[in-house]
Amino acid sequence: MTVSIIIKALLYVLLAPFVGGLLSGIDRVFSARMQGRQGPPVFQPFYDVYKLLNKQTTVVNGIQVLFVTAYLIFTVFTGALFFAGGDMLLVFFALSMSEVMMVLAAFSTNGPYSIMGAQRELLQMMCYEPMTLLVAIGFYYANGSFMVNDLIHASVPAIVQIPGFFIGFVFILIIKLRKSPFDLSTSHHMHQEMVKGLTTDLSGGNLARVEIAEWYDTVLMMGIVGMFFITNNPISILWAVIACSVVFFLETLIDNLFPRVKYITMLKVTWAVILVFAGTNLLILNVLK
Amino acid sequence: MKGANTLANILNVVNFLILFPFIMAIIIGLLKKASPLRSAVIIIGGFTIMAAAIYVAVNVLLSGNKADFVYLENTELHNHIVVALEVFLMVLVCFLSIKYKKFYAIIFSLVGTIPVLWMDLTGRAVEGLNHIRIDTFAAVMYLIVGVVGILICIYASGYMKDYHHHHTDVQDRSNYFLALMFVFLGAMFGLISSDNLGFIYFFWEITSVCSFLMIGYTRTQEAVDNSFRALWMNLLGGCGFAAGLIYCNLFLGIANLSQLTGSAATSKFVIVPVTLFAFAALTKSAQFPFSRWLLGAMVAPTPSSALLHSATMVKIGVYMLIRVSPLMYNTLTGIMITVIGGFTFFAASLLAITVSDGKKVLAYSTISNLGLITACAGTGTTEGVWAAVMLVLFHAVSKSLLFQTVGDIENCMHSRDIEDMHGLIIKLPRLAFIMMIGICGMFMAPFGMLVSKWAALKAFVDSGSVWLVIFLVFGSGSTLFYWAKWLGKICTVIHQSFELEDITPRSEMVSIFPLTSMIVIMCFAFPWMSTHMIQPILDEAFHTNIPDVIGGSDVIIMMIMVAMIFMIPIGSRILAIGKNSKMTMSYVAGVNAGDDRHYIDSFGKERALYMSNWYMDEIFGEKKLLLPCIIVSAVLVAVMLIIVVGGAF
Repeated sequence: MTVSIIIKALLYVLLAPFVGGLLSGIDRVFSARMQGRQGPPVFQPFYDVYKLLNKQTTVVNGIQVLFVTAYLIFTVFTGALFFAGGDMLLVFFALSMSEVMMVLAAFSTNGPYSIMGAQRELLQMMCYEPMTLLVAIGFYYANGSFMVNDLIHASVPAIVQIPGFFIGFVFILIIKLRKSPFDLSTSHHMHQEMVKGLTTDLSGGNLARVEIAEWYDTVLMMGIVGMFFITNNPISILWAVIACSVVFFLETLIDNLFPRVKYITMLKVTWAVILVFAGTNLLILNVLK
Repeated sequence: MKGANTLANILNVVNFLILFPFIMAIIIGLLKKASPLRSAVIIIGGFTIMAAAIYVAVNVLLSGNKADFVYLENTELHNHIVVALEVFLMVLVCFLSIKYKKFYAIIFSLVGTIPVLWMDLTGRAVEGLNHIRIDTFAAVMYLIVGVVGILICIYASGYMKDYHHHHTDVQDRSNYFLALMFVFLGAMFGLISSDNLGFIYFFWEITSVCSFLMIGYTRTQEAVDNSFRALWMNLLGGCGFAAGLIYCNLFLGIANLSQLTGSAATSKFVIVPVTLFAFAALTKSAQFPFSRWLLGAMVAPTPSSALLHSATMVKIGVYMLIRVSPLMYNTLTGIMITVIGGFTFFAASLLAITVSDGKKVLAYSTISNLGLITACAGTGTTEGVWAAVMLVLFHAVSKSLLFQTVGDIENCMHSRDIEDMHGLIIKLPRLAFIMMIGICGMFMAPFGMLVSKWAALKAFVDSGSVWLVIFLVFGSGSTLFYWAKWLGKICTVIHQSFELEDITPRSEMVSIFPLTSMIVIMCFAFPWMSTHMIQPILDEAFHTNIPDVIGGSDVIIMMIMVAMIFMIPIGSRILAIGKNSKMTMSYVAGVNAGDDRHYIDSFGKERALYMSNWYMDEIFGEKKLLLPCIIVSAVLVAVMLIIVVGGAF
C-alpha cells in the first residue's frame, strides 16, 4: 500500500513536467493555428526552459529566490499528494499555499509591475478559491469521500451527479491556466500594460522554476478534470483522457476568442458562475440526499 | 486514585483563581506610577495565576471522573455579595451615564438588573445544586484565560509605559487600566467556573462593564462614544440573558446551566432560555448586527483589544453558545444562529479587505472568525462543536499575538496602518517575522486555524447546511485575500531602507515569544489536543465520541508540510541557492533611482513611486456594505426572537 503510494507520487514527480511541457507546446501550436500562424515546434517550451536554466540569474533580492523555490516545491508536493491518492481538501489547501508563495515572491521585489501582478493574482485566487473547495465537496457528495484513492473506485462517473461543479471548475480553469479573458496577473504575451505582471522581476533559473511549476500545475488541473470521469472500469481512463483533451482545447479556444476583462468583471462573473452552477447543483444534491 | 485531599486542594485553587485576580487589581490600583515594582508585581502575580490555572486544568483533564469537581451548595453569603455587587454595577453605570449624558444606557442597565434583583430578594430564585463545577470545557477555557490572558497582562505592563511616553495628551491612569485587566480575568475565571446561572449572569455583567471602562480609557470624545456603544449593546445582551435566567428560574425551576443542557427531553420550553442566551451570546461575540462595538473598541490601548479579542470578552459569547449547542440541534434557533454566524463570517471578511488600519483588519477578522465559531456551535452536531472548540483555541493564541505585534509596531513606527508596514521585514525584522508567523497561523495550510476551518467545512457538509458551505467557501476566498496582501506588504524588500530601532521592551517579548512558539507547537499538537481536550468535551456534551475529524494519513501529510515550511529557509541557506546570482534593481519602466521609491522618467526628472495595496473600497466598502449587513442580520435576530420566544407563550 505505502509502496504503491510512493510509486504513484514518484511517477507524477518524474513524468508531470514532460506532460505539462508538452501540453504547453501543444497549446502554443493550437493558438498559432487559430491565428493563422505556423507557430513554434511542440517541444519549444522545453527549449525555452533549457535556455533559461543556462542563463545567468539576476535577482532583486535574496528572499525572492526562497519564495520561488518554495512555490515550486509546494506545487510539486500538491500534485504528488493528489496523484498519490490523498485528501482532496488538503490538496486544495496546499495548492493555495503554494500560490501564496508565488505571490510573496512578486511582493518581495517591490517592483511596481510585480506588485500589481501580485495583487491581481491574489484577486484571481479569491475568484477561484470557492470553486476549488466546492469541487472537493462535490466529490464528497457524489461518492462519500474526500480521498482521491476512494473516489477513483466509483461505480458511476462523478460527472453524472455533479455536472454543475464540472462547469464551474472548467470556468475557473481559465483563470488557473492563465488564459484570456482572465489572464490578469501575468500572461504569455509580452508588451502589455502590466509588462509580465507577477513574473516581471524574475529571470534565468528563477523564471525557469516558475515555468516548471506551472507545468506541474497544469497536469494537476487536468488530473482533476479527469476525476470527474474516472470509475472503477479501466475504460473510463479513456473517457477521462478525451475529456481532458476537449477541456484543454476549449481553454485555448477561449484564450483566443476573448479580450482581457477588468478585474471587477472577473470577480462578478466567476462568483456568479460558481454560485449559479455549483451552488444550484449543491442544493439539488442536498435535496436528493 | 485521587484522594479527597487533592480534590479539596484543587477546589481551593479554583477559589484562589476567582478571587486572587481581584486582589491583584486592588494592589495594582494602589501602585500609581509605572515602576519596576509594579512590573514585578504583575509578572509574579500573573505567573502565579497562570500556574494555578494550568494546575487546575491539568488535574481536571487527567482525572477520570469529571463529576468530582463540583462544590458550593450553600451560598447564602455568596448570594448577598453577588446582589450587593450587582447593585454596585448598576449604580456605577447609572452614574457614568448621567455624567456623560448618555441616558439610554441607564434603561438597559435597569431593565437587566432590577428584575433579577427582585427575583433574588423575594426568594423566588430556585436554590440550585452545586454553584461551581469544573468540567473539561471549563478546564480548556482555564488554559486560554490563564495562559493567553495572563501573557497579555504581562505585555500590558511594559506597553502602557511606552504608550504614555507617546501619548502625552492622555492622562496616565495606567494603574487603573492594568487593574481592570485583572478584574476582567477574575470575572472570566468566575464565569467559566460557575454552573449557577445567576452567578454566570453576575460575571457576565462584570465583563460588560469592565470592557466599557477599558474602551473609555483615554476619555476622548471618540472613546466615550465607542465605550457607550459597547455598553448599551452588551447590556442589551445582558437583558436577554437576564430574561433567560428569570424564565429558567420561574417557569422551568432550573437554576444551573448543566441542568438546562441535561434537560433537552424533559420540556419543549427549554428552547426559550436557550434562544435568549444565544441572543446574549451574539452581542458578546460581536456578531452582526452587534459588531460595531468591537470595531469601536480599538480606540483603547492595544492590550485591551488583545484581551477583548482573544482570551476574554468575545470568547464568552461563543463559550455560552457551545455550552447550549446540543440543545440547538435541529431547531429554528440553531438554524438562525448558524445563518447569522455564516453570514457574519462572509460579510466581515469582505469588509476586512477594505480597511487599511491594522487593528481594524484584526477586528474584522475576529468578527469573521467568531462568526464561523457561532455557525459551528449552531449546528449542534458533534463535529460542529469539535471545530468550534478548536477554532476558539487557535484563534485565541494567534489573535493575541497579532494584536501585541501590531501594538509594538505602532510603538516603534508611530503608525499601525498596513500601508506603513511596507518593507517591515527590513525595518523591523524581528517583529516582522513574528507577525508573519501570526498571519500564517490565521489562514495558511498546515497551521491551526485552517485545520479548524477544514473541520468546520466537514461538519457543515455532513449536516447538510448548504448555505453555510457556500458562505464558508466564499468567505475563505476573501479571507485569503486580505491576509495574503498584508503578508505581501510585510515581505516587500526595499533597497536602501534601514532597520529602525526596535524599542520593544523585554517584558513584551516575555509574552510574544511563548505565543509565537505556541502557534508552531499547536500545529503538531492538534491530534493530541483533539483526544485529550476536545473528545472529553464532546463526551460531556453529547455523551458520545466521534472518530477523528482529521486523522490518519492527513495528519502525517500536514506534519510533512510544517516541516517543509521550516526546512526550505534552512535548506536554502545550506545550499546557497541564489547566492551567486547577480543583483539588480526592480523593473519600473524607467530608470530605477536606486531606492525602489523613485524613478527617472523620460524627461530626466526623478519621480516618486508608491505601490499601495488593493482595498476595493468602492465595491465592498464599509459605507456600502456595513449598513445592509446590519439590517439583514437584525431582521434575522428579530425573526428568531419573535418566533421562538413569542411562540412559546
